[in-house]
Amino acid sequence: MANFMSRNDLLLLLGFTVVVLTMPIWLTPFGAGYPDLLQRFMIFGIFAVGFNILFGLTGYLSFGHAAFFGVGSYAAVWSFKLLTLDAIPAMIFAVLISGLFALIIGFLSLRRSGIYFSILTLAFAQMSYNLAYSVLTPITNGETGLQLTLNDPRVLDAAIGQTFVGQPVPTLLGQQLGGYAGFYFCAGFLILSFFFAQRVAGSPFGMMLKSIKSNQTRMQFTGFNTRPYALSAFVISGMYAGLAGALLAVTDPLAGAERMQWTASGEVVLMTILGGVGTLVGPVIGAWIIKYFENILSALNDNILTQFWSFLPEGLAEIVVKVTSKFVGDGWHLTLGLVFVIIVIFLPGGIMEGVRRMAATARRSDPPGAKSHQHQPAE
Amino acid sequence: MANSNIVLHVADVHKRFGGLHALADIDLQVEEGKTHAIIGPNGAGKSTLLNVIIGKLAPSSGQVVFDGAILTGRKPYQINQLGIARVFQTPEIFSDLSVLHNVMIPAFAKRDGTFTLNMLRALDSETTIREEAEHMLEDVGMLNRRDMQAGSLSRGDKRRMELAMCLIQHPRLLLLDEPTAGMSRHDTNTTIELLKKIKSRGMTKVIIEHDMHVVFSLADKISVLAQGRIIADGTPDEVRGNPKVQEAYLGGAH
Repeated sequence: MANFMSRNDLLLLLGFTVVVLTMPIWLTPFGAGYPDLLQRFMIFGIFAVGFNILFGLTGYLSFGHAAFFGVGSYAAVWSFKLLTLDAIPAMIFAVLISGLFALIIGFLSLRRSGIYFSILTLAFAQMSYNLAYSVLTPITNGETGLQLTLNDPRVLDAAIGQTFVGQPVPTLLGQQLGGYAGFYFCAGFLILSFFFAQRVAGSPFGMMLKSIKSNQTRMQFTGFNTRPYALSAFVISGMYAGLAGALLAVTDPLAGAERMQWTASGEVVLMTILGGVGTLVGPVIGAWIIKYFENILSALNDNILTQFWSFLPEGLAEIVVKVTSKFVGDGWHLTLGLVFVIIVIFLPGGIMEGVRRMAATARRSDPPGAKSHQHQPAE
Repeated sequence: MANSNIVLHVADVHKRFGGLHALADIDLQVEEGKTHAIIGPNGAGKSTLLNVIIGKLAPSSGQVVFDGAILTGRKPYQINQLGIARVFQTPEIFSDLSVLHNVMIPAFAKRDGTFTLNMLRALDSETTIREEAEHMLEDVGMLNRRDMQAGSLSRGDKRRMELAMCLIQHPRLLLLDEPTAGMSRHDTNTTIELLKKIKSRGMTKVIIEHDMHVVFSLADKISVLAQGRIIADGTPDEVRGNPKVQEAYLGGAH
């Protein structure tokens, strides 16, 4: 076990698992303890963990990862339509297809680095979005989105004589994956994804990715061909995105082209930076915070705001409602932008840097006696 | 001199940048196990020559042969895998990583080749490579800094670490681009001692240096470059006595 995983990694994994599995309990007071939102926390957590392997470890900023997320969704829905309503084949199929997709786009985009790489990924993703929206309508069902219907073939289900009554929904070994079952299904994948990311970051391969980010020239003069390393990181993160996209299709079997749009690609970049680029936990926290605020703020409207500010004098309350209403509902992106700007200016390392700084301050203000039973991690 | 001892042969190399003839008719032979210094005034083409050897620049004509293999046209990582390591004028290191990891990485390139997908192996289980890196750090006197972030080292320490990164690969040829540039006298002397120690191990070295003290303490052979041409070639004593050299370089400096 000692060689398999270090003690700190194991503790981190255990802590992470406990936090994730108890989310329905501790998030209830925050108004977020319901399955629909919890599922999204898991899904976008996976997306961000995978994105961090490329952006955080290797230093390549992709602006097109929503394409792989979308491909994962479409692949999963097709598996539901053609093969079976069981979720596992759909996940495998989605991860393979998005990995293949990432291999092609990554191979072409990685011919350049820096800003040119980012622009190439953005261009490929927008192309994919436009294809899904128009030319590939027979596969993607265009604007309407790809949905399950009563008369899908589902050859595997038909072969074992399984039939469904009513609207088809994805299952796991016959158990429907709605509500909390869906959450725990996604949570299992998030924990697995986190574990795998930990292994990658703690492997020689992970060290090579970090070295590419640190000094690509030195890597080349040290005898490494850096391109296959970067391409592997690209494909792995693309498969993570496909997995997340497939899970979204499991919890809600409808795939639309808007999932591939550049705003969705930008969102995962924001999640990673907000939480802390290159850290393991940061991107997950970033994803949770963005999805939480999206959910809370976009649900607010003028009536709720009027009630909230009702303690103010009448004229003032009206002005305050008018101003704050621009930051909620459809305008919640304005709040997100503001928070993002503040974080990047004051905490360039994201929320995780804030946590580190607080821990450092707490350690300094500790009385000397308390230091003895405190575990100091070696740099 | 027997021809079979020549490990590096720069054959009739020319390099032009637009109208500038940066290297003209360079013919250089480096003997196995020797330290060959290339000196010359600023702008003589020393760094260009090193960049041509290491594959960073392609020569306009001519070729570089290392132990029977033509280096011209190969990628830097392929040239490294043939057994050539390089110390840069400004240390090229992994600033974000620890000193120990900096020295471990080249050992992986030596053991596993240009690419390995070993992502499920734990770095902590690579004890052989870690111990090797620790020995190397001990050799250059930096074992006490093993857990420091490389970017926070002093310039002299960065250079010593970069040297350790090259030496852990046991290269057959080590290229050093001004290894003592910007160092204090004390650091310079430590580096000279270190390089002498490597010399006794029989590694071939090509060294570019401004500091005559360094050159004359280390070199077995010196080539003097001026305006892209080799104007003199020989042992330190021969070069020191050469009037052409004194006129072009030494005379101006001392």
